[in-house]
Amino acid sequence: MSKIPTDLRYSKDHEWVRIVQDAALVGITDYAQDSLGEIVFVELPPVDEAYAADEEIANIESVKAASAIYNPIAGTVSAVNDELDGSPELINEDCYKHYLYQLKDFNKADVEALLDAKGYEEFLRTL
Amino acid sequence: MKRTPLYDQYCSMPKVKLIDFGGWELPVNFEAGILAEHHAVRNAVGLFDISHMGECIIRGHLAATFLDYLVTNTVVDMTDGQIIYALMCYPDGTVVDDLIIYRIDSETYWVVMNAANIEKDLRWITKENPWSSSNKEMPEVIDYSDQTAQMALQGPSAISVIGRLCPEGASLGFFRFLPEAKIASKTCILSRNGYTGEDGFEIYCKAADAPVIWNALLTTGKDFNILPCGLGARDTLRLEAKLPLYGHEISDTITPLEANLGVFVRFDKPDFCGKQALKRQEQSGVPRSLRGFEMIDAAVPRNGYRVFLKEKDIGYVTSGTKSPTLGIFCGYMLIDRDTGLKFGDEIDIEIHGKKKRAKLVKTPFYKKTPKK
Repeated sequence: MSKIPTDLRYSKDHEWVRIVQDAALVGITDYAQDSLGEIVFVELPPVDEAYAADEEIANIESVKAASAIYNPIAGTVSAVNDELDGSPELINEDCYKHYLYQLKDFNKADVEALLDAKGYEEFLRTL
Repeated sequence: MKRTPLYDQYCSMPKVKLIDFGGWELPVNFEAGILAEHHAVRNAVGLFDISHMGECIIRGHLAATFLDYLVTNTVVDMTDGQIIYALMCYPDGTVVDDLIIYRIDSETYWVVMNAANIEKDLRWITKENPWSSSNKEMPEVIDYSDQTAQMALQGPSAISVIGRLCPEGASLGFFRFLPEAKIASKTCILSRNGYTGEDGFEIYCKAADAPVIWNALLTTGKDFNILPCGLGARDTLRLEAKLPLYGHEISDTITPLEANLGVFVRFDKPDFCGKQALKRQEQSGVPRSLRGFEMIDAAVPRNGYRVFLKEKDIGYVTSGTKSPTLGIFCGYMLIDRDTGLKFGDEIDIEIHGKKKRAKLVKTPFYKKTPKK
């Protein structure tokens, strides 16, 4: 069974969002990292670039395949997780500790509109 | 989906990941994961279920002559117990399939085909090639694909595992085989070859005997840290070792000369299917060439990505990966030969809409260190 922390919000593209002060941290879910397999490369977006919701913002590459990451909520990239540059496998080790990027200038209502843990769990059951 | 005779042995293993591989439900990796399985084969030993591969017997007094016409390598001078790698070409010189041919005796050959090509190959061999379609006398062609299981035991410790289970097999030379070896009292074809760039063995047996042999290899292999391995590791291993994959480095749009497999094209033979076209290509200049590259910018190159020299599109990536052994992003590309690129020259590969720098390097990326 996939791990789904209750304090996060989720997209149907298997990203999670965590609000930390003024920033929204975005990562991928346990379900996503498990389906991708061993991650060997993460391509992160440029800082200060604004992205709409559902825009392709990053790429995660496993041994097997490339997978696009769609931005779950509109916002401007304020930071990226540089640790993933040399150690992309950290996502496989703990996908909820290691975020991909942070957003600023986002709308809190957009975050609230994402699935909660229960909703995401139900969504996974439909797959 | 089709399943191999070994499916029941691994379908209930924890964390085995099964995928649809050309209509076959096969493990892409087992619990250890692709990288650990890759390293097991480089440093210890790994066991693969490759029963999806096809096999047929070609038999009769015309078998050798017929096969010699059908493939670009030489069959008529093979000896009993010998194996060759061979390319079966269309008259235009592009590739129907790459085959492994085993000579059991002068009138009996065991031919191994790629899983995705079995039906096409059998149609080509029995009906569509110029020899068969001209109503010449034919040898007998018998398909054994469904009733045969195939396993590959690969890695530096493979010989130790085989030594315990079939001592006779451990003294086989490279590309030699035993037509009737015994492993765990079951009869099999045991050959010294593989698709990983390591020492190793391939085993063919009756479907019903496969579980016994599979389990005997895994049990005996425990002392040598054996891992069951999936298709994911098989691909990274073959890629590092520069072993071509049908549909990537060779295909029905690529000739062996373009894929730098000219060493398997024997122009000294009187005739073979595709000879005229390949000879013409050799004389007029091979238009494209398969080259190895290493990424300068970090990014994973994949099949089909376009390659540019300055702004000019010069070809595409046939296979690419992050090499688990070397830790570099690398691969092969089929590019225009008139670019005259040398080792160290830089090119761009378009990855996710962005041009990423790469340079031409020598291949194979990995070569096993010879035994001292």
